Amino acid sequence: MPAPKRNKEDKRKTVASFDIRYTRYIDKDGQVVGVLPDVAKDPDALISLYRAMVLNRVFDQKAIALQRTGNLGTYASSLGQEAVFVAVGAVMKQQDVLVPYYREYGAQLLRGVTMTELLLYWGGDERGMDYAGPREDLPICVPIASQIPQAAGVALAMKYRREPRVAVTMFGDGATSKGDFYESANAAGAWNLPLVFVVNNNQWAISVSVAEQTHCKTLAQKAIAAGFPGEQVDGNDIIAVFDRFSAAMEKARNGGGPTLIEAITYRLSDHTTADDASRYRGDEDLSANWENEPLKRLRQYLIGMECWDQRREEQLRKSCELEVEQAIHAYLDTPPAAPESMFEYLYANLPAALTSQREDLSRRLKDRCQS
Amino acid sequence: MPELTLIEAVNKALAFALAADDNVVILGEDVGVNGGVFRATVGLQERFGAERVLDTPLAETLIAGVAVGMASQGLRPVAEIQFMGFIYSAVDQILNHASRLRNRTRGRLSCPMVLRAPYGGGIHAPEHHSESYEAMFAHIPGLRVVIPSSPAQAYGLLLASINDPDPVVFLEPKRIYRLVKQEVGDNGDTLPLDTCYTLREGSDVTLVSWGAMLHETQQAAEQVANDGISAEVIDVATLKPLDMHTILDSVSKTGRCVIVHEAARTAGFGAEIAAQLSEHGLLSLLAPVKRVAGYDTVMPLYRLEEYYMPGVDQITAAVREVLEFG
Ligand SMILES: Cc1ncc(C[n+]2csc(CCOP(=O)(O)OP(=O)(O)O)c2C)c(N)n1
Ligand SMILES: [Mg+2]
Repeated sequence: MPAPKRNKEDKRKTVASFDIRYTRYIDKDGQVVGVLPDVAKDPDALISLYRAMVLNRVFDQKAIALQRTGNLGTYASSLGQEAVFVAVGAVMKQQDVLVPYYREYGAQLLRGVTMTELLLYWGGDERGMDYAGPREDLPICVPIASQIPQAAGVALAMKYRREPRVAVTMFGDGATSKGDFYESANAAGAWNLPLVFVVNNNQWAISVSVAEQTHCKTLAQKAIAAGFPGEQVDGNDIIAVFDRFSAAMEKARNGGGPTLIEAITYRLSDHTTADDASRYRGDEDLSANWENEPLKRLRQYLIGMECWDQRREEQLRKSCELEVEQAIHAYLDTPPAAPESMFEYLYANLPAALTSQREDLSRRLKDRCQS
Repeated sequence: MPELTLIEAVNKALAFALAADDNVVILGEDVGVNGGVFRATVGLQERFGAERVLDTPLAETLIAGVAVGMASQGLRPVAEIQFMGFIYSAVDQILNHASRLRNRTRGRLSCPMVLRAPYGGGIHAPEHHSESYEAMFAHIPGLRVVIPSSPAQAYGLLLASINDPDPVVFLEPKRIYRLVKQEVGDNGDTLPLDTCYTLREGSDVTLVSWGAMLHETQQAAEQVANDGISAEVIDVATLKPLDMHTILDSVSKTGRCVIVHEAARTAGFGAEIAAQLSEHGLLSLLAPVKRVAGYDTVMPLYRLEEYYMPGVDQITAAVREVLEFG
């Protein structure tokens, strides 16, 4: 029997291939390792980014002190991840919408959320989610990844109204294991949404390491599966985050669709004030990662540019401390909300079915006053 | 006035809302070209375009979450979950977000969305297509849970739900989607939420139900009337927030109450009504409150479905029992 004719198309071939890009401009000693983008050449811009990072860190330190002295509830720190948060907040435009998770204060502060509001939130007061600044930003989100489909909805609303706005959602490495993330990434690709996903890969989801979380070599590649680009940046290099996140934002704003940015960071703090990381990770790992931390890196770069010195550093610390102290005073001086407020915002108008429960609360309050 | 089935009334209400307000957007699986698996959205994409009647990927968490996100920005999404059996991965968004957004942000953001889903048994559907878990939603503060029982109710209550400034779970009893036709004026008139509807007046016993079971409940009222028993029939319509006044007023007149629902008995919504009757209406009760409900079993596949679903006989028996008490 003659051999069947082989058609060229028959043989096995690669039908798609992808790669994941990694960007770093400044190494851990503040040395330049690539062709710098414009932002790296603008000392004023860099100094204001640096200030925002220092403010984020000082805020953290003082918030943790408040928690330790019983003046704040459980608190999740930004320590070590400030470059990502600050770059995101700095690049976003006012009309954009941030759909956050729970530790990116650097981004929220630049959007106009106040430190007093953040303290109120962790201090157990809903008014801390009534942001006076960015009225359309979503509040802090505790159920992991559940904010991500909402960000897709926000982006869809922008697209529906043909507005040149972009939604940004942030989440951790752990969140990329959730269906919420996969469903939203898939939809963002299918609908070409003006949405940028920023993964703060801080290596840990409480005690679970990234290696335990997933067998994926990168988290960025999860975007590839959803049909849009994903890339890694050195999350300790604010210039890299700023540059790549800016490009993603511009692309989304111009109808180019979503991007996922995986920022490689390290959570230098406990997961929250309720956690003790020494139970699951060693000191060596931690001290090695302190070498990479983002504030030192930018500071050294600024010193190398000859636009930073010890005196300016001290002044900056002082002014940040003062700003945080003022916010703490405002927080501590805020009287608790009226207990009846738990009924006030439940529905636009309190249904009749609930009036007797509100009256019950008022009665309890009156009795308490009298006794 | 045109005669419409319940599903046609849903379609008319959706069309009216889309035409009246550009902020209304419909989304869900197969809602576009296909017009929904039950045809609730038939013709709407053709008329209003694919941006306003949007086919989503097959992802229920996404559908609910996207609706929350859109609503937070001032749109009025009406999301469809194809069957209630697949709503559970959307519950996180409803419970943790939709129902709380206004409260969490002190009114800065709100969530004027509707989540529609067909529910309930009786159409010989496949596994997971016949359950009634309305009580689960009625437990969630900040939510409205609305269930129509007729074409006119479906039209008016759905439009009211879309106009409502807060999130509404709108559960459609699919067994009666095409059971009866009724005259429905397609004029955009809404029916009030937060109120029960008295479908039949009577003086001896109050029958309380919602959704498809009202069909059997009204038949039962008809049957006992032949024996001279005068039954009042109340359609709860909005389970959350519950208008207990209408039910208490009726029971203060009749002194007897039978609650009828298809959902499993234990912790079903009937339990809430019975509890409130004992809290607020004990002195007008002449007999224990009786529940006619589904068994606390897994909903059987369809060969045994009819043995699970409460029928007219059980309702009439319960009526006789409460009348003979004491
Ligand atoms: C859905 C859900 N599951 C579990 C938790 C409890 N929890 C809070 S934070 C966290 C880890 C999150 O890790 P990751 O997404 O990497 O963010 P990170 O805190 O590291 O920034 C867990 C398990 C939660 N909040 N939500
Ligand atoms: Mg993490």
